[in-house]
Amino acid sequence: MTLDKLKAGQKAIIKSVGGEGALRRSLLDMGLTPNTKIMVRKIAPLGDPMELFLRGYELTIRLIDAKAIEVEEVIN
Amino acid sequence: MKINFALIGNPNSGLTTVFNQMTGGTQNQGFFSNSSMKTKEGPVRRHKGVNVIELPGTYSLSSYSADDISTRNILINGKPDVIINVVDATSLQRGLYLTLQLMELEIPIVLALNMMDEVVSNGASIDLIKLSEELTIPVVPISASKNDGIHDLIDCGIKTVLENKKPQKIDFCSGYVHTALHSISHLIEDDAKRENLPLRFCSSKIVEGDEPISKALSIMDPELKIIDEIVKDMENHLGTDREAAMADMRYSYIDNLYKKIVTTTGESKEHLRSIKMDLILTHKYFAIPIFLGIMFLVFWLTFGVIGAFFSDIFSIGINAFTNTVSDLLLSLNVSPALHSLIIDGVFAGVGSVISFLPIIAVLFFFLSILEDSGYMPRVAFVMDKLLRKLGLSGKSIVPMLIGFGCSVPAIMATRSLPSERDRRMTTMLIPFMSCSAKLPIYAIFTTAFFTEYRAVIMMCIYLTGIIVAIIIARILNFTVFNGNPVPFVMVLPSYRLPAAKSVWLRMWENVKGFIKKAFTVIFIATIVIWLLRSFDFGLNMVTSSEDSMLASLGRAAAPIFSPLGFGDWRAATALITGLSAKEAVVSTLAVLIGASDQASLSTLLTSIFTPLSAYAFLVFCLLYMPCVATLATVKREMGGWKNAILVVFAQTTIAWIVAFLIYKIGSFIISLNLF
Repeated sequence: MTLDKLKAGQKAIIKSVGGEGALRRSLLDMGLTPNTKIMVRKIAPLGDPMELFLRGYELTIRLIDAKAIEVEEVIN
Repeated sequence: MKINFALIGNPNSGLTTVFNQMTGGTQNQGFFSNSSMKTKEGPVRRHKGVNVIELPGTYSLSSYSADDISTRNILINGKPDVIINVVDATSLQRGLYLTLQLMELEIPIVLALNMMDEVVSNGASIDLIKLSEELTIPVVPISASKNDGIHDLIDCGIKTVLENKKPQKIDFCSGYVHTALHSISHLIEDDAKRENLPLRFCSSKIVEGDEPISKALSIMDPELKIIDEIVKDMENHLGTDREAAMADMRYSYIDNLYKKIVTTTGESKEHLRSIKMDLILTHKYFAIPIFLGIMFLVFWLTFGVIGAFFSDIFSIGINAFTNTVSDLLLSLNVSPALHSLIIDGVFAGVGSVISFLPIIAVLFFFLSILEDSGYMPRVAFVMDKLLRKLGLSGKSIVPMLIGFGCSVPAIMATRSLPSERDRRMTTMLIPFMSCSAKLPIYAIFTTAFFTEYRAVIMMCIYLTGIIVAIIIARILNFTVFNGNPVPFVMVLPSYRLPAAKSVWLRMWENVKGFIKKAFTVIFIATIVIWLLRSFDFGLNMVTSSEDSMLASLGRAAAPIFSPLGFGDWRAATALITGLSAKEAVVSTLAVLIGASDQASLSTLLTSIFTPLSAYAFLVFCLLYMPCVATLATVKREMGGWKNAILVVFAQTTIAWIVAFLIYKIGSFIISLNLF
């Protein structure tokens, strides 16, 4: 599934980061690399963007960009 | 001897705090001043000959953003003697990702591990000796906001320069990436030497597929083919592409290193506190009301309470001083022309510059607090969806809202925006947010023409501004700014108590910057207006303003405004004086129309305006070229008169078209006699 489908509180492991150019590079630079564990902290009040928790910090990305990230949900 | 420190690190890692602690806030022009980037430079206190430059915060040295490329060029071509890499110890992994790239530059480097006080108070520990051994670079623990470790950092920086200690380890991987890096570095060794570029950095960038570096090395065709083969081979073996492979390689190394050197006892207090605060501040229903509430409070305090209080004190002081000087001049029997020049020209000019200062100072005091506390990124998070419709990101909302107070600090506030594109576009939209100086114009006209519907008309004017801004933003998106917007990938840092010193310095910096850059422009403009108002074309001082050069200009310009319904020369003249400050529109009209007080002005206005042409006039005032203070700020922030002049023409044209449409459509509706 893709990252934008996750709801607040759900956890996942990144499988691959799609997309291209500047956006993809900044996702990689921010540590969204394959096998990284992430959690969706919350969705913004207007429904977009989303707040992620990874590598000990919070990151926000837009849903349309999250669509390019393939993840596998982790159920505790 | 001269030593240059280059300060670099992630945004929010405390770069500015370190810079301020090192320099005491002193800045000067220096050896990197040819770049257009927002860098800061200053001498290090108590260390003669040591200079420090603060580069803009970044997460990577990629070639996708203009800022990152400039940073790279400054580091490679500017040749600082040592890089001081500030890393937030509470988000170590992300910080080290940049460190690994900086180490490839073959420049001596010192790692400044900031916010160590938080790490310690949370019972966590970082093995600094091991970190230093692994990375082969000196590591200095600091707490910049408490001024802890800054002296050690400066000493370590100087020592590293004197020993010319470059990082020994530049290899962070094994396997296929390693093989590819190794083979490529053999291939380009001569090119790198010839172009005087750091070899390891070039190899990494070439594996990543970095165009600018490829070009800079001017690699020959056969080598290019081999490089492509090597990269393809690596990609096939790893099952991933070149960029992901490099990022993954760096983060894997960091993950391993992190496990070896860091021991934690769970989540940090600051982080947990942040998460709790965000439960309210970015809450589904509360977030937007809270944001609007905070903005309202800032506005009210700035323009209503504190700023107004200081403005009043200043104007009382200036008036008293002006009167004293005026009396003195009269007693000295100077010529009326000289008296007028000094009192109505010089003093009025200085006065109008000074009247901005309290507002700028107070506003930036609050903005610094919002910025330093970590609230600003939350605003961007909450408002992003709305602003995206304009092709901007959430962060632009704050400068835009400030625009309703005054365009000058609003445009100055665009400096905190992440990309040049957003900065320029926001700057061009801000003047359409009706500023508070236009309120007196609206007040007089609505009283005169729309007594019953004052509030509705006021709201219509503000809305017209916003709607025009939206339309302009759309057009800009398709034309000037049709490139890709900078990606919105943003860190939400933990909330922190802003340091008094950095709030104070930022406030002072803005006030000083405004005085320095805007002073001459505003001053000259006031003198020019005075000259036009007080003399006729024969340069004789006029007794009645009707005979002045300004009135002649107004008469010449009046036909331009006839199609808008207000072809009277007095209206045109008032609009011209509005360039010095929008409030001047009202005072000029009063003088030319011969009104003694506000009530008589309201009555007399009906002799040259109809309600419809009055409304068209108000809309024209709302949209036409901004005052000189704003223009001076546009020039300063967008780098050059070209853009400022463009703003003048674009806005005046837009104002004319909108006012024309309103007047013509209004006239048509009235002619239908529906009411």
